[in-house]
Amino acid sequence: MVIQGGPVIFNTLHLAEPWKLATYESAGGYAALKKILAENIPAEAIINEVKTSALRGRGGAGFPTGLKWSFMPRQFPGDKYIVCNSDEGEPGTFKDRDIMRYNPHALIEGMIIAGYTLGAKAGYNYIHGEIWDIYEGMERAVEEARAAGYLGDNILGSGFSFNLHNHHGYGAYICGEETALLESIEGKKGQPRFKPPFPASFGLYGKPTTINNTETLASIPYIMREGGQKFLELGKPNNGGTKLFSISGHVEKPGNYEVPLGTPFAKLLEMAGGVKGGRKLKAVIPGGSSAPVLPGEIMMDCTLDFDSIAKAGSMLGSGAVIVMDETVCMVRALERLSYFYFEESCGQCTPCREGTGWMYRVVHRIEHGQGRPEDLELLDSVAANIAGRTICALGDAAAMPVQGMLKHYRNEFEHHIEHKKCMV
Amino acid sequence: MGLNVEIDGRQIEVEPGTTVMDAANKLGIYIPHFCYHKKLSIAANCRMCLVQVEKAPKPLPACATPVSDGMKVMTRSDYAIQAQKGVMEFLLINHPLDCPICDQGGECQLQDLAVGYGSSSSRYAEPKRVVVEKNLGSLIATDMTRCIHCTRCVRFGQEIAGIMEMGQAFRGEHAEIMPFIDKTIDSELSGNIIDLCPVGALTSKPFRYSARNWELSRRKGVSPHDSLGSNLQIQVKNGRVMRVLPLDNEDINECWLSDRDRFSYEGLNSDERLTRPMVKENGQWVEADWQAALSLVASRLREIQVHHGADEIGALASPMQTVEELYLLQKLMRALGSGNIDHRLRQSDFRLDAQAHGAFWLGMNIADLSRLDRFLVVGSTLRKDHPLLALRLRHAVRWGAGMNLINPVVEDYLCKVANKAIVSPDGMVGALAALVRALAEIKGEAVPAVAGTAEVTPGAEFNNIRAIAESMAGGEKKGIFIGNLAQHHPRFAEMATLAQEAARLCGAQWGVLGDSGNGVGAIAAGAIPGRAALGRQGVAGLNAAEMLAAPRKAVILLGAEPEYDCHDPQAALAAMKQAEFVVALSPYKHGALDYADVLLPISPFTETSGTFVNIEGRIQSFNGAVKPLGETRPAWKVLRVLGNLLNLPGFEQDSSEAVRAEALGPDAQAHVCKLLDNRIEPVAVSLAVSDKLERIGEVPIYQIDPVVRRATALQRTADAAPPIARASGLLLEKLGLGSGGMAVIRQGQGSLVIRIERDDCLPANCVRLPGAHAVTAGLGPLFGELSVEPA
Amino acid sequence: MLSPESLAQIDKEVAKYPAEQRQSAVMSALRIAQVEKGWLSNELMDFVAHYLGMQPIAVYEVATFYNMYNTRPVGKHKLCVCTNLPCKLMGADAIAERLKKKLGIEFGETTEDRQFTLVEGECMGACGDAPLLLVNNHRMESFLDDGKVDALLDELKGK
Repeated sequence: MVIQGGPVIFNTLHLAEPWKLATYESAGGYAALKKILAENIPAEAIINEVKTSALRGRGGAGFPTGLKWSFMPRQFPGDKYIVCNSDEGEPGTFKDRDIMRYNPHALIEGMIIAGYTLGAKAGYNYIHGEIWDIYEGMERAVEEARAAGYLGDNILGSGFSFNLHNHHGYGAYICGEETALLESIEGKKGQPRFKPPFPASFGLYGKPTTINNTETLASIPYIMREGGQKFLELGKPNNGGTKLFSISGHVEKPGNYEVPLGTPFAKLLEMAGGVKGGRKLKAVIPGGSSAPVLPGEIMMDCTLDFDSIAKAGSMLGSGAVIVMDETVCMVRALERLSYFYFEESCGQCTPCREGTGWMYRVVHRIEHGQGRPEDLELLDSVAANIAGRTICALGDAAAMPVQGMLKHYRNEFEHHIEHKKCMV
Repeated sequence: MGLNVEIDGRQIEVEPGTTVMDAANKLGIYIPHFCYHKKLSIAANCRMCLVQVEKAPKPLPACATPVSDGMKVMTRSDYAIQAQKGVMEFLLINHPLDCPICDQGGECQLQDLAVGYGSSSSRYAEPKRVVVEKNLGSLIATDMTRCIHCTRCVRFGQEIAGIMEMGQAFRGEHAEIMPFIDKTIDSELSGNIIDLCPVGALTSKPFRYSARNWELSRRKGVSPHDSLGSNLQIQVKNGRVMRVLPLDNEDINECWLSDRDRFSYEGLNSDERLTRPMVKENGQWVEADWQAALSLVASRLREIQVHHGADEIGALASPMQTVEELYLLQKLMRALGSGNIDHRLRQSDFRLDAQAHGAFWLGMNIADLSRLDRFLVVGSTLRKDHPLLALRLRHAVRWGAGMNLINPVVEDYLCKVANKAIVSPDGMVGALAALVRALAEIKGEAVPAVAGTAEVTPGAEFNNIRAIAESMAGGEKKGIFIGNLAQHHPRFAEMATLAQEAARLCGAQWGVLGDSGNGVGAIAAGAIPGRAALGRQGVAGLNAAEMLAAPRKAVILLGAEPEYDCHDPQAALAAMKQAEFVVALSPYKHGALDYADVLLPISPFTETSGTFVNIEGRIQSFNGAVKPLGETRPAWKVLRVLGNLLNLPGFEQDSSEAVRAEALGPDAQAHVCKLLDNRIEPVAVSLAVSDKLERIGEVPIYQIDPVVRRATALQRTADAAPPIARASGLLLEKLGLGSGGMAVIRQGQGSLVIRIERDDCLPANCVRLPGAHAVTAGLGPLFGELSVEPA
Repeated sequence: MLSPESLAQIDKEVAKYPAEQRQSAVMSALRIAQVEKGWLSNELMDFVAHYLGMQPIAVYEVATFYNMYNTRPVGKHKLCVCTNLPCKLMGADAIAERLKKKLGIEFGETTEDRQFTLVEGECMGACGDAPLLLVNNHRMESFLDDGKVDALLDELKGK
């Protein structure tokens, strides 16, 4: 797998043992934290810097981070928490794993700065259970930071205390939903909470909590070190900074590429060595499996930023780009994705619990030559009855692939139903 | 500052924090729902209550959406209906079409709403989900394939019952509502999840397949099984009680029922029901007609009155009998010239009879329990004796109240206990004295003389007592409550004296939790020596214990089964056997077959009109729910006719209402309120501690009265398991016993061989051995000395 | 029920959370218990519940919600193959077929000698390494091809 480094996230990648504390420090790591603590920089100033950077949440929703931080009731007496969402399990997404593997201290420093800014005394980093070596690596990195005095009581003699712990998942995609993740840290099954109240007022253990994605938090040290303006200028207006794109599927060089937001998709595809075996590009899921699929030709005209992909009818999401060549049967692709949402539905609310299984079974029938003429209308209707009616976004995430596939590749489904076999 | 919201074109102003659902309810607008329940936390998982909110990008759940000012809600717009119908379709795709064989049929929320929101045919052509059955025990039947995962039952356990026995295991479509593998549901409040379940997944096991909802007629009733007086909806078919459900009463039982109140009705239909009067002729029981049986009773009573004096007649009444029955019994006794009447069969200390001013009561309203800041419970098996009072106290603790205990046993209270002092029953006196001293010290007052000066409390417990005192010294709304263990103890008067002192010092109300359904009513009716109804002085007489200690020649039993219902079953049985004439007015054939001379079948609480007064002094009258079984008659009628046959004056009442008017006066509630009075003149308190081995004898939850003892499903629950003895490891070692071994226990004239288990929570020198059970009926008093040795 | 080492590990996890939030360590505790015992029996879950002051059903909820816990016995080596879309595009189905054929079992089954259990996995967040599988939850094997699958089975059989 290829990793293309960049200035923000993978700033140590070119060095030996890039995950080590000393390596990180040699590349300017922890300088921002030291400066903040030494100069006692006010929280408002940090939040303003983050706002200037136009950093948008890297977990998928793209919500402006500075704005999110400003929602936290910092003056609220009592415990507050910062939580990092490293529960990366959306098909196509694998960027946070490499951040934690190659530059864990960027995340740790980002969380300490966030803790300082938001008045949190403790932070939890929730790591996807399946990447166990990463969890162990993060445990080591946290120990390293603690031993160096970056974590614990009275950090660097500043009077600021902050503790950081890793918490692992154990096989539940839904815990990537931020309130399910909080439930999971509390030792419960990961069922999302309904909102309001939002975590900023009622979060972990009922206390004010801010939850950010790994890449978001790992971008903070750069912003505080180099300035928000410089980060903004790496990308484009309203889409500041570089971003990791995880490209998988039918490309020659799958991997993580740290490129500026706004980079043309065609360029990323080229960096990844083009479509595997020189075959023709058929379709791209641009932002993780929940994002509606886009035909290759539409995608080739898009730039990789939140606004451009949205305009094309999909989502940049977490920047997980799944490339499919001309040999892929879209019915079969959707069957597998529908199975995923059926399997990962938490079962809490009715439309998702009942509807994901229904959609999967219908697509499964179509794929296996038992489709009926009315099935496509039924799928449209079931997807519409799930979307927007569930407690969390998993309902939407299950509906969108179905809607996207039927929008762009309806003919393939019709062919399956009519001829009871595949057209590719 | 109110928020203005418009729902379906109608305006209403509501408090901030109000949900759309609450606001709609206020307007009388019904929004369909399953998971929402007024007493449970909001889950918003069923999605049935989706409504259209102006400017919202998607439909919102009414139950979880707070109202904002100027909000415009449409619950019946096409947009809202489409969302609701979409949810209904999802709910039905995996729901079995077995309404014809489902017990919930006719009272099923899903069925009802499917009529309005469902489609006549299904678009779902895939296989339906099937879920494996769960065994929840003898009370709740399951059909989990019908479950719609609203999680009301789960939330009930977590939030109301205080113990999470049900959960949602697995996930997605495979999610199942279930207890931990192979565990049954053992909460004493478990039956409420039947009511909460909106579908037929959880139904009543005893009721299963026995009637259809629409075949049942509904009658209001009041439960006699504890001092709360839960309001009942008694459901009847063909003159038989088929099922009992709660009747909402926010001031009393809210919308809940204890399992005891819900399932006791099976005892009403017991095979042991006495349906015809019976008399003993030449040692043989023969059925008789009422006229003959009552004439015999009248003549025997008259005979003993004439030959031995009226004082040789005694009456023991169960405190679950109605005010009317108790009133006529005492009237009859006093008209015969005897003052020997009592209903306090499990009490053993009557020193307060001369010191009290009225009837002991809770000291506050039942609803106030939920809002206490601090409280102290003295001598109680709280959850089992008072399932719903305990619920209210748990609620108070959840909102921050400090719970304190002085108790001889440790239960799982299912909430945080701030401080507890675990002492022997006898030691509760010393503990309370220490509490009074500590409170006096905290308040800077002189130690009241009754509390003594000596340090008599065992050292280890002293710190706890001090902590209790500190807790009780703080807070505003406070209560000190004497539980059944303390009330039944031979030193009840001393404990009450000290409780009064402690309450005075810390500014708390004090009261009793009450050991029976109509204890206050019995006192109001005058079923107690020396005090007739309406506050009149009564003929002096013997109390319950004295009547057993000095057996009477004639005994009238009203609803009581002395071998189970008395403090000392051994003495009770001996006294019955020694009597020349015993007449038992009872719904059941019971132990009286061995010692009585006449059995008169009287109505249990569902077959008569009558009145109970609960522990907060609330008068609750009710009508009969069903006709008396066979030749059974309401006891008030039996007593009235007996009065006539004895030619006594004042037995002309033609209705229970007339009896009630006579017993409680024209303004009954005002009269009873005046009667409620916990003030007592102090008795002398001894601080000496016994060094004898002491019995802790509670009355188990499902042994409390004759009806409950015959309720078959309750008798198969974990709480109804035959009693065993328990003692601390230290004591077992001292006695040369191992945990789980068999021991010989002797008390008075009786002995038994029983398993004894280790419970290190028990105080030293105590053996916990429940009473009111056939297994232990051969032993002596609930409290007192006993001996234990290896079998 | 558990070794002193396992209990010490659980205690270390408990210490990560506020004192009154022992339940937060339940996922770690179950993982540690499973590593020691191979699977989570009712008794083991009951033990964990007691250790952390939870109701047993609350522990069971967790154990059955997260799919890396084994609430039934599994073979010595549990192989979990991701078949989700990115892995599928890279040949996960062929890998799964090879495993099934070589082990003679389907997904969800255990070999008769109780050496191997094969399960179908969901996205492991490593799609760039596709196709891939997990051995006993904690060891990831990436960029699988027939040769790697054969070598892995040979290696595990020797253990």
